[in-house]
Amino acid sequence: MSVDRRRFLKIAGLTTLAVASGSARKALTADAADSTMATPPSPPLTAQRWAMVVDIRKCLAAGDCRDCTLACHRVHNVPDFGNPKDEIKWIWQEPFERVFADQEYEHLEEALKHAGVPVLCNHCDNPPCVRVCPTGSTWKRETDGIVMMDWHRCIGCRYCVAACPYGSRSFNWRDPRPFIKELEPEFPTRMRGVVEKCTFCEERLARGKPLACVEACKHKALTFGDLEDPDSEVRALLREGFAIRRRPSLGTQPEVYYKL
Amino acid sequence: MLENALRGGKRYWGWIAVLLAVIFLGFLAYLRQYGYGLGITGLSRDVTWGFYIAQFTFLVGVAASAVMVVLPYYLHDYKAFGKITILGEFLAVASVVMCMTFIFVDMGQPLRILNVFLHPSPRSLMFWDTISLGGYLVLNVIISHVTLGAERKSVAPPRWIRPVIILSIPWAISIHTVTAFLYSGLAARPFWMTAILAPRFLASAFSSGPALLILFCLILRRFTRFDAGDKPIQKLAEIVTYAMAINVFFVLVELFTALYSNIPHDTSHFAYLFLGLNGKNALMPWMWGSAVLAVGSLILLFNPATRHRTATLVVACCAVFASIWIDKGLGMVVTGFIPSPLEAVTEYSPTLPELLISAGVYGVGLLLITGLYKIALSVRRELAA
Ligand code: SF4
Ligand code: SF4
Repeated sequence: MSVDRRRFLKIAGLTTLAVASGSARKALTADAADSTMATPPSPPLTAQRWAMVVDIRKCLAAGDCRDCTLACHRVHNVPDFGNPKDEIKWIWQEPFERVFADQEYEHLEEALKHAGVPVLCNHCDNPPCVRVCPTGSTWKRETDGIVMMDWHRCIGCRYCVAACPYGSRSFNWRDPRPFIKELEPEFPTRMRGVVEKCTFCEERLARGKPLACVEACKHKALTFGDLEDPDSEVRALLREGFAIRRRPSLGTQPEVYYKL
Repeated sequence: MLENALRGGKRYWGWIAVLLAVIFLGFLAYLRQYGYGLGITGLSRDVTWGFYIAQFTFLVGVAASAVMVVLPYYLHDYKAFGKITILGEFLAVASVVMCMTFIFVDMGQPLRILNVFLHPSPRSLMFWDTISLGGYLVLNVIISHVTLGAERKSVAPPRWIRPVIILSIPWAISIHTVTAFLYSGLAARPFWMTAILAPRFLASAFSSGPALLILFCLILRRFTRFDAGDKPIQKLAEIVTYAMAINVFFVLVELFTALYSNIPHDTSHFAYLFLGLNGKNALMPWMWGSAVLAVGSLILLFNPATRHRTATLVVACCAVFASIWIDKGLGMVVTGFIPSPLEAVTEYSPTLPELLISAGVYGVGLLLITGLYKIALSVRRELAA
């Protein structure tokens, strides 16, 4: 959002200048055109309902690939404390039998059972984390269904953590800043005492960029798109074969689908 | 009236000094937590609520239990409770203050706590819990102030206070019900998601709170000139007996549903509590201790001979209090997180700063109780003189 505003101010400023000094108008607008050409403005990516499809077979074939986690955590300034107690995670791998505890049965294909499956916030259509938040710090964007977070309003009560049935949320038990390996200046860092999670790269979508994890996945295991658009890639994948969701019986309507 | 809290003998001031020291230590520990963050506690990504929230939950029960003396006295005109209703109300005031302080020290961003009112979200039970706790505090402060003030002037309390008192009765029920709903509405935590949680909370509250009140009455009888009398103490003991019996019954009902249905999501939490899970069993000895204390207290309470004898009554009340404190103050909250939705069994135990801060909050509560009881007793003494 702040990036949008900055770009808007830049353009607005240039326009004012151009109008003010008539003779310089041509030169200035030419300048403006030049600078925008250096970073071509991509229109924001929009959808009625964002969703993700994870192809578990591809992850399985890729072995212990962690590209999605590394990319996401790098661009979002996710700290690495090096201990499980303080840990913060946005997207990470969990064994299949834990992700789909309800689907686990004795003779499940051995390789699959222990396969690492990427998990992240499911951006539920009916998100319990939003329902319980006492301050509206966690909220669902009506335009595209992304479950958003306001780090400046969160009081750190961790009610949302208790309510999320997927363990998708992390809490900043201590100041994360000293534990960020490489600072990404484009993205805000967090202060201690607030909750965080994956936000479907809403800041990148606004700049017309794909999700960091999707971009980083060499094996094309992650697909992102509009669930409401019948021609979208995610819809094509869902048409193609069976996909499951995590704990569907809870009625949260998760929007991350896992293709088997 | 307040000046009465500032007069007292050596023993009184010694006790106050001890409490102040505990509060001071707790405050120092809180400053450290404030500087470092909640990482100073034993909490982790998997177990995000612990000792603070558990103490809050337990103390809401103690606060709600005041209704057990207010209700018989005002609704059924049970005169024997006349002398002790004010003690019950003051206990409620101190408990609610402790509850609020425990919530406060558990916040990741305590300075933003007003956001609950600046951006109210009525969909969140936490919003309603704040309202009900705050309202209950206000009600009890008003009621105790007005009734004690009238007593001091030896006049009947003003008529308008009666509806306020009557309102405080369902309100007391509501604080513990809403606190139970805080937990029992979460599909993510099968251990808490049980319709019987609110009734269970009430039963445990109505046994642990009056048990504490009995102990306070006996302490006052021993160390001050105030004697509540045998009749109200025995009546309270009966209340403790039946509430405790119902509480134990409710727990057994829960165990039956979870264990007989044998749904792994439900049984695993109980397995962790009583048998241990994946070799982790920190709470196991506590929970068995709690069970033994519960059964033992019931034996002492149901037997008229032991219930009437002060020495055995004290043991029974301590057992009830300890059993429920373990159940709510240790087991109930963290077990909701063990195992986690991703089946991780991460244990939790409070750290030293966490314990110091908690002791400090209890110190604040005890200081309040001491001061308030002192005021009440001084008023009584002036009247008697
Ligand atoms: S996965 Fe958890 S954090 Fe994400 S929207 Fe659903 S309930 Fe909320
Ligand atoms: S921790 Fe923050 S986001 Fe989560 S429920 Fe509390 S205020 Fe809302």
